[in-house]
Amino acid sequence: MRRALTEPPLVRGALLAVALVFLAIFLVMPLVAVFAQALEKGFGAYLTALREPDAWAAIRLTLLTAAIAVPMNLAFGLAASWAIAKFEFPGKGTLLTLIDLPFAVSPVISGMIFVLLFGRQGLLGPFLGAHDVKVIFAVPGIVLATVFVTFPFVARELVPVMQALGNEEEEAARVLGAGGWQIFFRVTLPNVKWGVLYGVILCNARAMGEFGAVSVVSGHIRGLTNTIPLHVEILYNEYNFQAAFAVASLLAFLALVTLLAKSVVEWRSGRAARPEAPVREAA
Amino acid sequence: MSIEVRNVTKKFGTFTAVDDVSVTVPAGELVALLGPSGSGKTSLLRIIAGLETPDAGIVFFEGEDQAQRDVRVRRVGFVFQHYALFRHMTVFENVAFGLRVRPRASRPSVADIRAKVMDLLKLVQLDWLADRRPSELSGGQRQRVALARALAVEPKVLLLDEPFGSLDARIRQELRRWLRRLHDDIRLTSVFVTHDQEEALDVADRVVVMNRGRIEQIGTPQEVFEHPATPFVMTFIGQSAVFAGTVQGGKAFLGSLAAVDFPAHLHEEARPAAGYARPHELEVTRIENGGGGLWATLRHASPAGAVVKLELTDPEGGSLQVEVTREQHEALQAGVGESLYVKPRKLRIFVQEDATSDAPDTPRAPRA
Repeated sequence: MRRALTEPPLVRGALLAVALVFLAIFLVMPLVAVFAQALEKGFGAYLTALREPDAWAAIRLTLLTAAIAVPMNLAFGLAASWAIAKFEFPGKGTLLTLIDLPFAVSPVISGMIFVLLFGRQGLLGPFLGAHDVKVIFAVPGIVLATVFVTFPFVARELVPVMQALGNEEEEAARVLGAGGWQIFFRVTLPNVKWGVLYGVILCNARAMGEFGAVSVVSGHIRGLTNTIPLHVEILYNEYNFQAAFAVASLLAFLALVTLLAKSVVEWRSGRAARPEAPVREAA
Repeated sequence: MSIEVRNVTKKFGTFTAVDDVSVTVPAGELVALLGPSGSGKTSLLRIIAGLETPDAGIVFFEGEDQAQRDVRVRRVGFVFQHYALFRHMTVFENVAFGLRVRPRASRPSVADIRAKVMDLLKLVQLDWLADRRPSELSGGQRQRVALARALAVEPKVLLLDEPFGSLDARIRQELRRWLRRLHDDIRLTSVFVTHDQEEALDVADRVVVMNRGRIEQIGTPQEVFEHPATPFVMTFIGQSAVFAGTVQGGKAFLGSLAAVDFPAHLHEEARPAAGYARPHELEVTRIENGGGGLWATLRHASPAGAVVKLELTDPEGGSLQVEVTREQHEALQAGVGESLYVKPRKLRIFVQEDATSDAPDTPRAPRA
């Protein structure tokens, strides 16, 4: 099929080549390098590096952080997008802007805000000290920083989806006698499930990979407050390249899984959202 | 179950969608709310359903005030303009929804739900599509699924918002006959909203004509067509020729027509008024047939089934639509550009009320 806008084959080929070279240099090569470095001393050394107690502690902490941050942001994202899409209330625009805040602020600043709030010299420091609660340089601080940095993902994904769906199906459910929770679980949620999943995948990837904000609040205590990204940095600074890349390969692997899951979701949701064209005409 | 709406008003910001409206729908009737867009008909329907809360006024079902009753417990069947089918559910699940969400105590058994849903799908002739998704259905099929879903909860009233609005012409006609037959079978008190006068006159027992949030007239299709209460109803329902002018001292002076008696206004003070006639109520002749008419130039003649539609221009440049029978047209032997004498057999004269009234300030051009 000839399109109206057709470039000469040479131009098309050149553009494609530029794109591919760019991809190869900036995406494929680093990925290959990570795995190559990780496996440099053989598979045995690779496994040893991952089994090392501090590395294992970092993996556990990262999983724990994601296991807390992702469900929290899922709940927040659903609530916020529901409210924004389905209701009119004062301050709606402000709420939308606030949701974007973590995207706009450098993660390092986010981390410092938490230090200022919860640190020993911070606003709530004396109160927390008096009750013997440690937030900064401890797991709660890491979770807080991660939640803050990742909270736009689910909400941002769902607001346009819910807005596009409108209110009619919910109204229909109400007229048919459904209660608020029934409407949410039987009508609203099934309609946005792919959007939810997409948001969760991105949110999880960011929660596990977050470096800046977590670095500020963590204190880098080996085996206690190091997440995977922080542990990679420590190993790297100690010139333990093979171990650093072995741990880093976990994040690279996570990235690949995320991309795969993302394409599957996009493919499925694309099928679910196929146009409502009549298949046959009969009355 | 009868519906009564008493002095209901609904405002959206500064816009008054429904302005002190009262109307009664007797049990078992099929009533059309007819009006142009923005006339408040859909708002009124949503207020009856309980989807909107009126700012003032009361809705009664069978004499019972519904103000404190949530839409969930009103037992209304509502068919949305764009059907609002649950897109992730099959046709069967859509229809079963209202039964499945009932509290456990009043929820029918799985087998009962199945039987009930299949009965309803048979009623709307769609039992063979039970496992399809809404996206796989045609517009007419979706419409009938929406209807079956609304009927599944055994509603006491059925409300339909532009039920045929998004269908193409042929399916629209079939479906509205079908809806009329269905209503004759189940005799459920029903109200439907439409902007299509033909649809309202064809289907409804009674028509409520609305304009700018108010009711212009309530009556049978024949009443609103033959005896329109206001110039708006006259021009909105069916075509009409308009002769603008004044009334004064018991006479009406309308356009190029000769003066006619108008005993309803004996004042010596002149008031603006307009006379209206349906296209088939205008007589066209070659000679000045006893006076009382006007000379107009034939612009176009188009045969349309049993009648011939003539378009003429009066001396002031206004356009006149006339319908004559084929025989009359042949007897007339008139060519384009010829002068013909046009005389209304019947003329409805409306005196314009104060400028602040709701009647249109200037009568609208005849509708196509």
